[in-house]
Amino acid sequence: MRRSHIFGFIALVWFLLTLTAIVYATRLALFVAPTEATMGNVQRIFYYHVPSSMLSLIFPYVNLVASIFYLVLRRRDPLRALTADALALAAAEVTVVYSSISLLTGMLWGRAVWGIWWTWDARLTSMLLLWLLYVSYLMLRKLSATGQSQTLAAVLSVFAAIDVPIVFMSIRWWRGQHPSPVFGGGADTGIDPSMMPAFGWNVLAWAMWGVFLLVFRFALERRRQASEQDAALIAIEASLEIAQ
Amino acid sequence: MSRVLNDLRQDLSRARSYFGHVFLHLQKDLRLEWRSRDSVVGMLFFALLVVIIFSLAFDPTAAISRQIAGGILWVALLFASFTALNQSWTREQRNRVLEAHRMSPASPSALFLGKALANLIFVSFVELILAPLFLIFYNLHALGEGWKMLIVMPLGTWALVCNGTFFAAMGLRTRNRELLLPLILVPISLPALMGMMQATTAILTGEFDPGLWIRLLIAYNIAFTTVCLLLFDAVLCAE
Repeated sequence: MRRSHIFGFIALVWFLLTLTAIVYATRLALFVAPTEATMGNVQRIFYYHVPSSMLSLIFPYVNLVASIFYLVLRRRDPLRALTADALALAAAEVTVVYSSISLLTGMLWGRAVWGIWWTWDARLTSMLLLWLLYVSYLMLRKLSATGQSQTLAAVLSVFAAIDVPIVFMSIRWWRGQHPSPVFGGGADTGIDPSMMPAFGWNVLAWAMWGVFLLVFRFALERRRQASEQDAALIAIEASLEIAQ
Repeated sequence: MSRVLNDLRQDLSRARSYFGHVFLHLQKDLRLEWRSRDSVVGMLFFALLVVIIFSLAFDPTAAISRQIAGGILWVALLFASFTALNQSWTREQRNRVLEAHRMSPASPSALFLGKALANLIFVSFVELILAPLFLIFYNLHALGEGWKMLIVMPLGTWALVCNGTFFAAMGLRTRNRELLLPLILVPISLPALMGMMQATTAILTGEFDPGLWIRLLIAYNIAFTTVCLLLFDAVLCAE
């Protein structure tokens, strides 16, 4: 009982810190950061588009690692494997949220700057595939038979992890419409130092929000698992009583 | 020295029994199909219908059909293979054969490999009959090196069939089996589909080199065949 109180307190503090960070980051992005030279105010969507794209590439790793843990542990230690499975599910859902935001903001930005909503460029295609893969992951969990869905979903997660790099490499060979990497792409790349605080704060704020969602969803899934186990136990006890 | 030789001999006999099991599964699937012929006939007619509908809808000229035929051919084969892939596992459920497979000491991946090879043979057979009809309906003659299709077709078919057999086994005990397979198979096969379509278009139009896409297909096949063989055990005994 006390432990759950402490967790609840930490969660509340984390949530309030996250809200503060989001408010501060939004102020920096919309009012403080300088207006970009060629694109004007439209460029400010960068502060939302790039952090959510970065985060939607990080959460799949959480999903993959948790899925591998599940596959390794499912015979040896089923209870701990269920924890890994809850984490995998939470990470997959957060991935879908962030990659949806990345795709939508990217489309808005593309319409304003390139004049088109969509093009089959390397990054756009691989982000769309990532989105499709994790939506199909969630569909598999919904449609597969009870008792199997965790294992099958973990297997699919391994497949998805192999698929994304292949797609990314294969479409890099086409010419790309998307700008080359803004960070770490060579001497000419990077943004003006005056834009850096707004960008950094937005990455931090949205990462904190993502972690909050992940942990919240994880806790919810753990409760669902616990109530499922209780129901199963009650059913077994009831069947024993009839037998007597 | 004699221990090393002994180990080697043991490995060799294990490999021989593994491929013996693969061959037995393949033989069994071919025999079952030979007796009923329903999945190959169904697949063939379905693919034919898709080809005809696209030809009817677009009525393409020779130049346009070269551009789009690669895509249409693979879409037709993809849709047709869904029907066969689901059936190939339904067969194992009659008389609870699948439970017997799960109890047998033979390696589960041998069952998978045998079935995937059988499906490869079925889909290749459909392609052999479909190819001339395709040339007729779309007035095609390849401007690139046509013989390269002999490399692209088996590689593309294996990419479809290997993952398809694997994912069809995933949906085996679910209510919505027919629905589940396309939902998982299409996103995963997207890079392979892109490779097949681009390579075929490159050969038909002769405008660019298909070598890159053939290499992509080879890499895709190696990666996914390995993962399928390693993880099939988990899918067969998922409870």
